[in-house]
Amino acid sequence: MISVQNLHKKFGAFHAVDGATLEIATGSITGLIGPNGAGKTTLFNVIAGRLPASCGKVLMAGEDITGLPPHELFHKGLLRTFQIAHEFGSMTVRENLMMVPENQAGETLWNTWFGRGRVAEEERRIRDKADEVLEFLTITHLADEKASNISGGQKKLLELGRTMMVDAKIVFLDEVGAGVNRTLLNTIGDAIVRLNKERGYTFCVIEHDMDFIARLCDPVICMAEGKVLAQGTVDEVKNDERVIEAYLGTGLKNKVKSNA
Amino acid sequence: MDILNAIVAFTNFVFIPATAYGAQLALGALGATLVYGILRFSNFAQGDTMAFGTMATIYGTWGLQAMGVSFGPLPTALLALPFGILVTVGLLLATDFSVYRFYRKQKVAPTILVIVSLGVMFVMNGITRIMIGVEEQNFTDGERFVFTAREFKEWSGLNEGMALKTTQAVTIVTAVLVVAWLFWFLQKTRTGKSMRAFSDNEDLALLSGINPNHVVRVTWILVAILATIAGVLYGLDKSFKPFTYFQLLLPIFAAAVVGGLGNPLGAIAGGFVVAYSEVFVTYAWKKVIGYLVPADMAPDGLVQLMSTDYKLAVSFIILIIVLLFMPTGLFKGKSG
Repeated sequence: MISVQNLHKKFGAFHAVDGATLEIATGSITGLIGPNGAGKTTLFNVIAGRLPASCGKVLMAGEDITGLPPHELFHKGLLRTFQIAHEFGSMTVRENLMMVPENQAGETLWNTWFGRGRVAEEERRIRDKADEVLEFLTITHLADEKASNISGGQKKLLELGRTMMVDAKIVFLDEVGAGVNRTLLNTIGDAIVRLNKERGYTFCVIEHDMDFIARLCDPVICMAEGKVLAQGTVDEVKNDERVIEAYLGTGLKNKVKSNA
Repeated sequence: MDILNAIVAFTNFVFIPATAYGAQLALGALGATLVYGILRFSNFAQGDTMAFGTMATIYGTWGLQAMGVSFGPLPTALLALPFGILVTVGLLLATDFSVYRFYRKQKVAPTILVIVSLGVMFVMNGITRIMIGVEEQNFTDGERFVFTAREFKEWSGLNEGMALKTTQAVTIVTAVLVVAWLFWFLQKTRTGKSMRAFSDNEDLALLSGINPNHVVRVTWILVAILATIAGVLYGLDKSFKPFTYFQLLLPIFAAAVVGGLGNPLGAIAGGFVVAYSEVFVTYAWKKVIGYLVPADMAPDGLVQLMSTDYKLAVSFIILIIVLLFMPTGLFKGKSG
């Protein structure tokens, strides 16, 4: 689905992504792990068109999508969520979801005046869809709450809900579980699995919670210092020497070993 | 009776003119605040957009007058307004296509866009002056007053007269209608919601599939509508002179900043704050005070805090105070 080839991203002298090469297979839930500062989010930002790449390529189903603006990637079915949940604070939760499907007739001035019927009909359809999504995420009771008032975890659900408003092909989830309690995390996990199975979404998930990763993801990719260290099943990656070293540092790794 | 006379004098010389002026500033500031909220730069060309729109409307008015069309007691310019708006929409969309789009694609810093808009301002400035000249133009016609000072005196039996000019009434009514329409548009229509979404969080708006090109286009169209209406109302109420419109830039930005840049509600409040302050400090209070205090205490001087020549200084001072002590304005804007 997504093929990242020798991708670099520099901020001045700092090499945030340093020649990352990886594949995300169609239909998979790929986990992306790595210590803080490994370049995971930067990688997402480059893939999702928020930051330009310094060099390297991103292919989606064989097509070069490097540097395309976010709304065009959205059009191709590539969606993402943010590490710190984003929302349109001045709108209700339902309105937040209703913003999503692209190319709505109501977006042009012409239709606002002369296509009233069409716009209203479309809005009804999108509203029904939004209500469905809210029910799926078990947050129907928040539908008319202002999005700036809901909790951090609920915002994460809203982020996930946004990706469900359209038929996405691949969704990049940036720490969807951060700051979310266990129960809510399970809801999110269930939603991801269901979307993967029932609707064929491909996911790429950045996450620090290893239980969450172990439950959902296969394969898992580990990044450190802007490079891809290891790739494989959860257990393979977890036991990889280089991965342990990246997380714990060389000294600590030896200490852990000697203790064991 | 003297208190009544004082109130009438106050209403006639301060309240009515300041309200009309405030409404004009509010409409101008709304245009500036929309550009700031959505395109994220201070549009220095706002005053000259108003001048251009007014000029187009004046030509429309002359055309209508030549054809013998009139709007009864109301100014003919109101009939020519749609024409003026259309021409201004064309100009702004052409400017965006040929100038701003290039910089947007480069994702330049807002300061660069401000300087670009300064360039656009000079060009618009030139276009307007080449087309209509630098002199003052009066294009008000129709009935001059809703009621005159003499009619009011006869009706009320007071010493002090109060007049309501047609242009003042037209200004206030039009401003209320336009603002109500704008808020309905931003709150209720899907187009308005995508503009608010874009202003709230641009990243998320793009990742939600909102087409930025639509949003930008609609913004310029709204700015053209607001600027032309604001300019024409100001021109009807006072007179049209390109240089005066260029100078309006300062009170308009003072208004937008006082209210909170990027916040439409703030722009309206700011417009009135600036207008009232300006009229309050430049009005000679001698007459009003004379009615209120015993005769022997009546002031000899004009009791004018500042000469009208310095009225622009008022906006400047407001701007500085707000930026120093309350940079996000009364209604929490995006500046600061």
